[in-house]
Amino acid sequence: MAIEINGRPVEAPRDPRVSLLDLLRESEGLTGTKVGCNQGACGACTVQLDGERVLSCLTLAVQADGRSVTTIEGLGENGVHPLQAAFIDHDGFQCGYCTPGQICAADAMLREIEAGAPSYVTADLSAGRTALTRDEVRERMSGNLCRCGAHNGIVDAILDVAARRAA
Amino acid sequence: MTPFDYSRAASAADALRLAGQSGAMLLGGGTNLVDLMRKGVERPTRLVDVTGLSREIAETPEGGVTIGAAARNSAVAAHPLIRAHYPMLSRAILAGASAQIRNMATVGGNLMQRTRCAYFADAAGSRCNKREPGSGCDALGGFTRYHAILGASEACVATHPSDMCVALAALDAQVKVLGAEGERTVPIVEFYRAPDDRPDIETVLTPGETIVALELPPSSVAARFAYRKVRDRASYAFALVSVAAGVELRNGRIEAVRIALGGVAPRPWRAFKAEAALRGEAPTAEAFAAAAEAELAGAAPLPGKRV
Ligand SMILES: Cc1cc2nc3c(=O)[nH]c(=O)nc-3n(C[C@H](O)[C@H](O)[C@H](O)COP(=O)(O)OP(=O)(O)OC[C@H]3O[C@@H](n4cnc5c(N)ncnc54)[C@H](O)[C@@H]3O)c2cc1C
Ligand code: SF4
Ligand code: FES
Ligand code: FES
Repeated sequence: MAIEINGRPVEAPRDPRVSLLDLLRESEGLTGTKVGCNQGACGACTVQLDGERVLSCLTLAVQADGRSVTTIEGLGENGVHPLQAAFIDHDGFQCGYCTPGQICAADAMLREIEAGAPSYVTADLSAGRTALTRDEVRERMSGNLCRCGAHNGIVDAILDVAARRAA
Repeated sequence: MTPFDYSRAASAADALRLAGQSGAMLLGGGTNLVDLMRKGVERPTRLVDVTGLSREIAETPEGGVTIGAAARNSAVAAHPLIRAHYPMLSRAILAGASAQIRNMATVGGNLMQRTRCAYFADAAGSRCNKREPGSGCDALGGFTRYHAILGASEACVATHPSDMCVALAALDAQVKVLGAEGERTVPIVEFYRAPDDRPDIETVLTPGETIVALELPPSSVAARFAYRKVRDRASYAFALVSVAAGVELRNGRIEAVRIALGGVAPRPWRAFKAEAALRGEAPTAEAFAAAAEAELAGAAPLPGKRV
């Protein structure tokens, strides 16, 4: 088995104590994924595991063995990702530290919306697909904190990308 | 972190065998356990990954739903059967943690996450009867905004932080457990122990026992429901208090009612006294206020928490 990281197979570490976050940053040189709290409380370390957003700080690298991991480097592989472009257009960041986690989370979140997943603020849980309102984006992205307070720009950027995809 | 071996359980029987080894703990999504290991609070020498066990969500012949213990919290909340028959459960799960954490967290792990407080996690700096029985509790006289007002003991006033389990308590969920002697089923309202003088023992599970599934019976109150959560931020924060409530009315009277509270007790707190006060009553504001009084008559708030 191997961990597929941005399409490239990587051997799982021998020491099961290594987190996926440390494997990415320390062994693989993929420093796009950031360390914030290292305890599940900020979202800076968000990556995608088999396409779903997860926290790499609370994932043991061995848990990802046989699965595929996508980081911000993977999303940006074919030039600037539409979410990256929209974050620039809408001032979706200041220092940029939370941004890789925000974008990995937002990309997966837009797929969750496509698949009809509800959120805490979805009024009608029995309805299939939910319209992506500002409130929906804020609730669905609440797992990614931004100390610079760039949230309004972040929400604008995500709504912009969602609108373009729908058009 | 203390060194440990890691293995994956291929089946429930395999999990049982591996979990029976000394120093072993089961690993779900790791969102609670990995954090506590990093803080030196939990020190397993073997981790048995049980995320490969059943995650099936299916209807039962009795008209209820069964949920495999390895089902992710997000998958349960989004499942058509749960949204159609137990929307209260979807809402409660969606009120908890963040989307990332719900994608990782399993049903078994959510039930078994530690009843805890910030002092419990502070292994280097605080005394805690849960971490070290008999050592004292530094929460007393400290920051107790998130601590229990119901069902606590002198030894420990920590709360069970799950939102999901509050809905499960209101829905009379049954926990299916596999142990050396075979399978047994425990009603969720009997699953958590009172802390007494051993707050380190939180549930009726014996060492090595594995949760394999949850069963939700058909519920007459599941459709007319509410789940409300009060917290210090609008999202991504533990409950100061949460409530799962459902009623069934007949001829203008409350025929059946289920109420459970979160964030205020060492376990998801089924409000049996409030339910008894409401049964047979007309659903008026006065009746609900009297029911709340009945339930909270025995509340013992610590300084910093008002009832
Ligand atoms: C920042 C943060 C915020 C959070 N906010 C909330 C919130 O607002 N509301 C809320 O409800 N929760 C919240 N949580 C808690 C979260 O819901 C739990 O951590 C999660 O549900 C645990 O599931 P897991 O699969 O990751 O468990 P793990 O961490 O893998 O395991 C937890 C425990 O369960 C045991 N276990 C796992 N599977 C089984 C099984 N099948 N049988 C027996 N034992 C088992 C493990 O041995 C361990 O002791 C938050 C967590 C974090 C980190
Ligand atoms: S309230 Fe319980 S968990 Fe918290 S410090 Fe006291 S004994 Fe420990
Ligand atoms: S670094 Fe993982 S959530 Fe903060
Ligand atoms: S841009 Fe600085 S933390 Fe978000």
